Amino acid sequence: MAKVEETLKRIQSQKGVQGIIIVNAEGIPIKTTMDNSSTVQYAGLIHQLMMKARSTVRDLDPQNDLTFLRVRSKKNEIMIAPDKDYFLIVIQNPTE
Amino acid sequence: MSAKNTKNAVSKGKGKKNDLPSSEERSAETAHPDHIFPVVLTSATQELFGCRADVDVTGDDPYRLLKKQDIIQDMKTRAAVSDFSPVKQAVLDYPEDEILLVFDRDFTYGQSFYLVLTEEAKENLLKPPAEEKDEEDEGEELSEMTVPKTPEQQPWVSLGSEREIEEESVMDTRPRLRYKISRARREFGAPVRFSDCGAAKLKDCFVECGSYQDKSLSIRRMEKQCGVQAVPSTQSSSTQTVWKYPRNMCTQYEPRELDPEEKENILQSENLKNFLNSVTARLELAIQQNVILNVFVDDWWALGEEDAAFGGKADTHLKEYQSFTDLHYSKDKTISFINWHPTITGVIAVSVAERLSFEERIDSSTKHLLNPALILFWSFSDPINPQVVLWDVSGHVERLQGTRGGAGGRSISNRNPRAFEEKPENGPPVVCYCAVSGIENGHKGPVTDIQWLPDTFEVSRTGTPLENKNQISVQIVTCAPDGCVMFWDLRAPRVVAQPLIDKKQKIEEKILENPHGVPNTFKHLDLTWKPLTRVTLPKVDTNGEYSGLKFSLRESSNSSAVLDKSVTGAERQEHPGYALLRVPSAKHSRQLENICTKFYVGTEDGELVYTDWKLEKDNDSGRLFSPKPTNCFRVHDGQVNTLLRSPFFKDILLSVGGWNFAVWKEGAKNGPIILSSCSEKRCTVGFWSLTRPAVFFIGKEDGNLEVWDLLEKTHEPSQIQNVTTARITCIKPWVISSKQQLLAVSDHQGTLHILEVPRSLRHPLANEKWSVNRYFETEVERLIYFEKRQEMRAREKREMEAAEQKRKMEAGSMVMKRGEELEEEALKEFEEYRTLEKHILKNLGLLPEAQDTFDD
Repeated sequence: MAKVEETLKRIQSQKGVQGIIIVNAEGIPIKTTMDNSSTVQYAGLIHQLMMKARSTVRDLDPQNDLTFLRVRSKKNEIMIAPDKDYFLIVIQNPTE
Repeated sequence: MSAKNTKNAVSKGKGKKNDLPSSEERSAETAHPDHIFPVVLTSATQELFGCRADVDVTGDDPYRLLKKQDIIQDMKTRAAVSDFSPVKQAVLDYPEDEILLVFDRDFTYGQSFYLVLTEEAKENLLKPPAEEKDEEDEGEELSEMTVPKTPEQQPWVSLGSEREIEEESVMDTRPRLRYKISRARREFGAPVRFSDCGAAKLKDCFVECGSYQDKSLSIRRMEKQCGVQAVPSTQSSSTQTVWKYPRNMCTQYEPRELDPEEKENILQSENLKNFLNSVTARLELAIQQNVILNVFVDDWWALGEEDAAFGGKADTHLKEYQSFTDLHYSKDKTISFINWHPTITGVIAVSVAERLSFEERIDSSTKHLLNPALILFWSFSDPINPQVVLWDVSGHVERLQGTRGGAGGRSISNRNPRAFEEKPENGPPVVCYCAVSGIENGHKGPVTDIQWLPDTFEVSRTGTPLENKNQISVQIVTCAPDGCVMFWDLRAPRVVAQPLIDKKQKIEEKILENPHGVPNTFKHLDLTWKPLTRVTLPKVDTNGEYSGLKFSLRESSNSSAVLDKSVTGAERQEHPGYALLRVPSAKHSRQLENICTKFYVGTEDGELVYTDWKLEKDNDSGRLFSPKPTNCFRVHDGQVNTLLRSPFFKDILLSVGGWNFAVWKEGAKNGPIILSSCSEKRCTVGFWSLTRPAVFFIGKEDGNLEVWDLLEKTHEPSQIQNVTTARITCIKPWVISSKQQLLAVSDHQGTLHILEVPRSLRHPLANEKWSVNRYFETEVERLIYFEKRQEMRAREKREMEAAEQKRKMEAGSMVMKRGEELEEEALKEFEEYRTLEKHILKNLGLLPEAQDTFDD
């Protein structure tokens, strides 16, 4: 538990990071640093996006797999790191 | 015919005796075609026929048609001598009457003339003479060229086709029988009778051959060729469903969530730890990449932004957009305040007052009752006539007590367009105020500043901020030079008195008619309005109170801070009307902790006071009183006429007064972070720019408008522009759209100027807020450093003084010691001197005492 917290804190302390969400494979958020409504919204939408991206990569080459997904928008950047069972969403505001 | 025969004969001859004639011809006539016959014509013959060489016929005109009869005649006349004798037969056989004679200049055929023996050749020669030129070819080609269209007949080789032809050809096998049928002459023309006769009667007249089935003809067809095509058979059909029972359906869903225990379990699991370990490295790389460099930045765009700041000078001035004066209402008056309508663009409210000094006001106070001051509403669509005019009761200036509280009532009707009742008249409609505070309850001086509290919180009787359940602004804060700041509530106070009296009062109120058709919105306050709380400003050092002129709260309606509305859970509803609202008890509402209750007040003497409005309880008497202010700074030389917070930084204030202005940071207790130098003219008003954090405008006494840009120059304004000749009384910018920003400037003469702000003054630079923030921080650090230095200096000074003191002490004791020594030394010298004197005197013999001992 402490290790988890420590890792999250480390990520949170980076410059510009606005929020972190850990989501399980079904899209249910496990741990978050943002408020509930935003968390649920992010988790649901990004879960679908991530599934689509992963299936795209695997359709193109079955031996391949998705390692990282970055969505850059005008206001911020959403980084999604997928894994077998969970995935981690980080929202960062890159410019000041 | 004959020609053809001739030709055929010739060609047949040629065909049968093919070899011989051709060689004969070749040997006899030097290679000329068979229809050409070269002749030699003597000059006599030439003269006779009119074809003398080179005279009648030339190379260019070599053709002459000779009449056949003439030639025959000539032949007859001269018989064997005639030149034409060799061709006698050909000429006789010639079908036409004219034979072509050709002058052969080049002797192509051996002689100087030749005759053309065939029609065809004649035509060919006469018509296209170019073909003749080709007849110079020799050999086998001659035959082709002479009859260009018909090929030469090859010797026929029999290949056995004659039999077939003979078999196929139809020929009479016997001579044809001829029958001659005749009738006796006498029967010619006699009437004839025909009759029918059946074939069966005369059996021997005919032979019948009936049809019979010939076996050889009945062949059974064993094979038959037929074709098959497969065609898809289509069939169209349709169905219709019957919706018997229409029923709406809807689904409601909510996101899945895990229980806290499950979350705990997952968080503890090894799986998650491994996941995080593996994923964190990638993430940190990505995050740091973003922080290091923004790969999506558009360099051109960023470059263009900076360039615009140094753009053409022509674009940096404020352009005059429109100006409003009204001859009727605003002539000879001064504008004391302007405000833009927050929602309707292009409407601006202007308060107009008589410009008289204090003494004049008192002298002519009676006149004022008839000549009230007004608020005009100007709209951009109609620059000549003001739209709505509000009355203001400021004529009662000699009773400086509560009437200015009527200013509160007036401004309420300002902000609440629903409270208007506009009577369409000939001129602009005049609307009266709604409520006036009670005379003894209001301020004792003219109200100089009035502000709404934001709708996020409200204040209780003791000054503690409470949660505002209705989410609308219901409280006002006013300030007057009588030394106190009052909080007013728009709602009716809690009913404390007995119900009977209340009912009576209510009935009475109902009976009172509304003068001037003023709406009933604030009837419950009229003439009985009391302030909710009163905050006094006791002086820090001495007794007495500060006479505040302007104040500035940290949380104001203009600020963009939004409290988390979801905390209250209430939504904005149509408020039921102020009369129905009641001041809630302080116990029921929730106290809000994070509202800052401290505020700044600018005074008449040019001081800036920082104090708290929460009332404290005096421990001895149990009364509530206002605490002493925490800070007081004397900075300006005159009255403080503007005290404003920056729209970008909650804790930066601009205060303008006297001949200078200052920028303060809330929290920096040492002094202003920027203090301008004294200018030549008084500064009358100041305002921050709404879009650029580093820019603010200062209005001057001589009508100049100074634009200060803190990032460009801090010792002088970046731009000065003259707007009007009179003193500027108020400045208010307003953002119409992203491309247009207007600045409303009012002057002492009653004219309202609207200026357009150029792009350089309204478009913020890149990172401007951050740069200005840094600048303020450095200024604050400078102040802190200053103070530290001062302390250090003070300490140093003390140390130095202490050191000097010590030295002086030591010096004093040393002097004393030396005094004793000196005496000793002096004595010693005296002794020595005495001895010396004695000695000399002795030597001179002048010693009086020891003279008797002295011998020469």
